[in-house]
Amino acid sequence: MVAASTPQPRTLADKVWDRHLVRSGDGEPDLLYIDLHLVHEVTSPQAFDGLRMEGRPVRRPDLTVATMDHNVPTTGLDRPIEDPVSAKQMEVLSANCAEFGIRLYAMGDPHQGIVHIIGPELGLTQPDMTVVCGDSHTSTHGAFGALAFGIGTSEVEHVLATQTLAQPRPKTMAVNVEGELPPGVTAKDIVLAIIGRIGTGGGIGHVIEYRGSAIRALSMEGRMTVCNMSIEAGARAGMVAPDETTFAYLEGRDHAPKGAEWERALEDWRSLATDEGATFDKEVSIDASTLTPHVTWGTNPGQVLPLSASVPDPASFDDPSARDAASRALAYMGLTAGTPLRDIPVDTVFIGSCTNGRIEDLRAAAAVADGRRVASSVRALVVPGSGQVKAQAEAEGLDRVFTAAGFEWRDPGCSMCLAMNPDKLAPGERSASTSNRNFEGRQGRGGRTHLVSPEVAAATAVAGHFAAPADLS
Amino acid sequence: MQPVRIVSGTAVPLDRSDVDTDQIIPSDWLKRVERTGFGQGLFGEWRDDRDFVLNKPEYAGAVILVAGPNFGVGSSREHAVWALMDYGFQAVVAPRFGDIFRNNATKSGLLPVQLDAEAAGALMRAVLADPALDITIDVERRTLSAPGAGIEASFPLDPFIQHRLLEGLDDIGLTLRHRDDIDRFEGGRPAWMPTSA
Ligand code: SF4
Repeated sequence: MVAASTPQPRTLADKVWDRHLVRSGDGEPDLLYIDLHLVHEVTSPQAFDGLRMEGRPVRRPDLTVATMDHNVPTTGLDRPIEDPVSAKQMEVLSANCAEFGIRLYAMGDPHQGIVHIIGPELGLTQPDMTVVCGDSHTSTHGAFGALAFGIGTSEVEHVLATQTLAQPRPKTMAVNVEGELPPGVTAKDIVLAIIGRIGTGGGIGHVIEYRGSAIRALSMEGRMTVCNMSIEAGARAGMVAPDETTFAYLEGRDHAPKGAEWERALEDWRSLATDEGATFDKEVSIDASTLTPHVTWGTNPGQVLPLSASVPDPASFDDPSARDAASRALAYMGLTAGTPLRDIPVDTVFIGSCTNGRIEDLRAAAAVADGRRVASSVRALVVPGSGQVKAQAEAEGLDRVFTAAGFEWRDPGCSMCLAMNPDKLAPGERSASTSNRNFEGRQGRGGRTHLVSPEVAAATAVAGHFAAPADLS
Repeated sequence: MQPVRIVSGTAVPLDRSDVDTDQIIPSDWLKRVERTGFGQGLFGEWRDDRDFVLNKPEYAGAVILVAGPNFGVGSSREHAVWALMDYGFQAVVAPRFGDIFRNNATKSGLLPVQLDAEAAGALMRAVLADPALDITIDVERRTLSAPGAGIEASFPLDPFIQHRLLEGLDDIGLTLRHRDDIDRFEGGRPAWMPTSA
């Protein structure tokens, strides 16, 4: 009876899933325990209202953490907030957190920041956890080997009330990125290339596990950038198996285990990696050594090409719906097929967001900006992802590098990633942005967004048109 | 949630792929702290265009939205579902949905009807050709039919979600029946797991 004693090889995602099963079967979806619930001001007010209406408490306020990020202004924090509707939404979050006993990092708190930046930074995000938030970029936390996914407001209410979530088991997908990245090519380019390959719907219904030597070689910041954009490929979540890089990042952080607990946790986390022989429902392979800096040309993140390419001709797409989407995108973006991407001038450069607003991103951009000047036609903003990122950058003198080069140095928040605060593109304005979505109007009504890495964003600010650092003299 | 058994009426054809939730309800609208009143913001930016399909009088009063693949990808904002429902839609038909949108839809009773590419294409052409085409969606039988265009298709629906829709059941109430299981699981969690304290 060898078969009975040989456990079935399992993937990382399956292991974390199985370890969080509160119950399954009976023709009902699996009920998963949630280890960490992150909350922000935009997707939570209606959930708290729901609790109040039913007289339900928050089951585990101690596993719930709130921050303000989407609406916060990035200048003049000492002045009252100009937009009364934004101000009200933040006040409602404060009141709800006070009423239900939830820890809140409010505007002005040194630990306030974008929800997906502060979780990892505080050591709250750890391997083998389930993490949810009413925000699709919760996938970021999967970089630690956590199962982390975005939920809607009804599910936020469900987690607040029960600390669980009923979910059908997702399928698994391996994205193998092997080989060494050429110089100047970043985690952002890896993930843009992946989305370009599998499309915005390619990951629907799946949890992606990023594997291979190029992923192993990434820092935690880089892995977070990759996992962050899993949702842009439609995936439920993205994950990377925890390893020494993960442990080195976590050790000593505020909420990381300490002493003997740390040792016990490490032993447990080391057992999480996908077993030899485990199978995925889908597999995709990418050769990292062939990648170059990428830039999006359209209105979804799958409409992306190497910087060396030209705006594509819609007629070159075989699939009629892709062809139609491409011509619609070119019309919105004000682009002509055949224009080299490097020749496109930009008005605004935005460096920040939960994709590329971490310290390493700012260091990379600052290294390009150092000793150079932002082109006179360009407005360039640097918005650190959190108060901690801002403090660290200032300690390293990055703020001075940026301001000397003509970038604006701002306070932390989501800012121009989605334009809920005053940082917006004007209609027709074109941006190079390190954020994650180039959807129509995402950075302001009528605005035209091109997604790039921090390095390309900084070089573009200097050149005035799309450029890689290597293009600058 | 109100029970959803049959959705029947006319449809609006939104013949585009990758309609993300930022388009369904732009971020300006997300500052509201209520669950109601989002219908006015539905497809906010596109509605400024007089030729946008929702502005065409022949499609007024429709209860079904027929869209291209990858409908509802992007942001997790449930406001997208609230906006569609507030506007008057009871079902969305597409060949493929964003996962979070699909989840959100069934929580509020908006029916996501996933048809295979062929049936979805046929329905799109039929609705484009005939704005008055009568369509009936039956949750119990998991079928969509438009006899006027000779369309009869079935769609997948998780049996548990189907049951919840048919009965109009509250999710949280259902889960709280398993409080003992949750307590038991909670008792066995490793001691090193973080808290916000
Ligand atoms: S930075 Fe952008 S993508 Fe990230 S949480 Fe904020 S709004 Fe969402």
